[in-house]
Formats: sequence, structure tokens, C-alpha cells
Amino acid sequence: MKNRLKVLRAERDLTQADLADALAVSRQTVNAIEKGKFDPSLPLAFKISRLFNLPIEAIFQDEEEV
Amino acid sequence: MENQNYNTQLRRNTWQLAIWTFAWVASMALATFGPNLIWQENMPFTIVAIVLNAAFGAAMILANIRYIKSMDEMQRRIQLEAMGIALGVGVVGGLSYSLLDTTNIISGDAEISFLVILIGLTYLAATVIGQIRYR
Repeated sequence: MKNRLKVLRAERDLTQADLADALAVSRQTVNAIEKGKFDPSLPLAFKISRLFNLPIEAIFQDEEEV
Repeated sequence: MENQNYNTQLRRNTWQLAIWTFAWVASMALATFGPNLIWQENMPFTIVAIVLNAAFGAAMILANIRYIKSMDEMQRRIQLEAMGIALGVGVVGGLSYSLLDTTNIISGDAEISFLVILIGLTYLAATVIGQIRYR
């Protein structure tokens, strides 16, 4: 699954640690999600969606659809 | 911040797990060497030492559950994969090792400590590899 997390984070001038703080996860987890090595659960995806005030599909894209 | 709670909780649970693991290992050493070296085969002391060891072991398991629950979902997945690999290697390796003993291919008796070491090292290696894989 691809995502725009890194871009959205950069637009808001947040570090990985800042985002990890806001999501209550480790910085390594934010890094792994950004690199596409780890797909977040639905609750975490909703949390990210709420944080950026965007729908989930505007942040995460199924690679088969891309 | 929410994550300060996450980090604080994880650090606290890691310390609790370390303390209970140390207590369990120390009580294991006491129950193993105590009967010969400290209380000269006094049975009640031996029973108390074994019960203490089992109680510390139970506390260690509960601390481990709390530790895993305080992790985030990716760390939990790394732990789950490492535990699955360690369990598989333990069962397969342990049974093969037992077969080597029962068929007298190895000269000595199969020792449970070798199995514990195998599981421990496999779990450690799988955890490190998991951390690297998701980096």
C-alpha cells in the first residue's frame, strides 16, 4: 500500500518524532509506514486521517489501483 | 503529549519485565544450586525455592504480557513473528534433538537447557532481524 504520509508531514513541518508523538506510536513505526514497509491497522489509519483532516483514501492508496 | 505516555508506559513495562526476569533467573539459580550448596538437601527449603521460582515465573509471564500490550502495532507484529519462529524452531529442533537421544545417535542425555538456549537465541535473532526488516 502506498501513502502520502511523508509529503503530508513535510507540508506541516512535522518531524517523524512529532508525528509519532501525535499518533502514540514509535518513531520507527512512522518511518516504516512512510517507507511502505508496514501497513497500519484501520484504527491507526483513521487516527492519521483525523490528524491530517483528510479522508483515508487521500492518504493511502491501494497499489493495485495506482 | 500522547506519545510521552506511550514511551513512559513502554519504558516502565520494560523495566518491570527486566526486574521479574532477573528475579526468575536468580530464583532458578537458587533452586538449582541451593539444595547442595546452601541448605544441604533440606527438603522444605527446596520446595519453597521451587514454589518461589514458579511464582516469579508467573509474574514474569504477566509482565511480558503487559510489556507486549504497551507496544505499538508494528512492534507487536515483530514480537509475534519472532515468537512464532522461536516456537517453531523450538518444537522442531527439540523433537529432532529428542530423537537423536532416543536413537542413541548422541552419547549423552538430551538436556532441556539446550532447548531453552535454542529458543532464546532464535527469539533474539528473529527480533533483531524483524527490527532491521521494518527499518
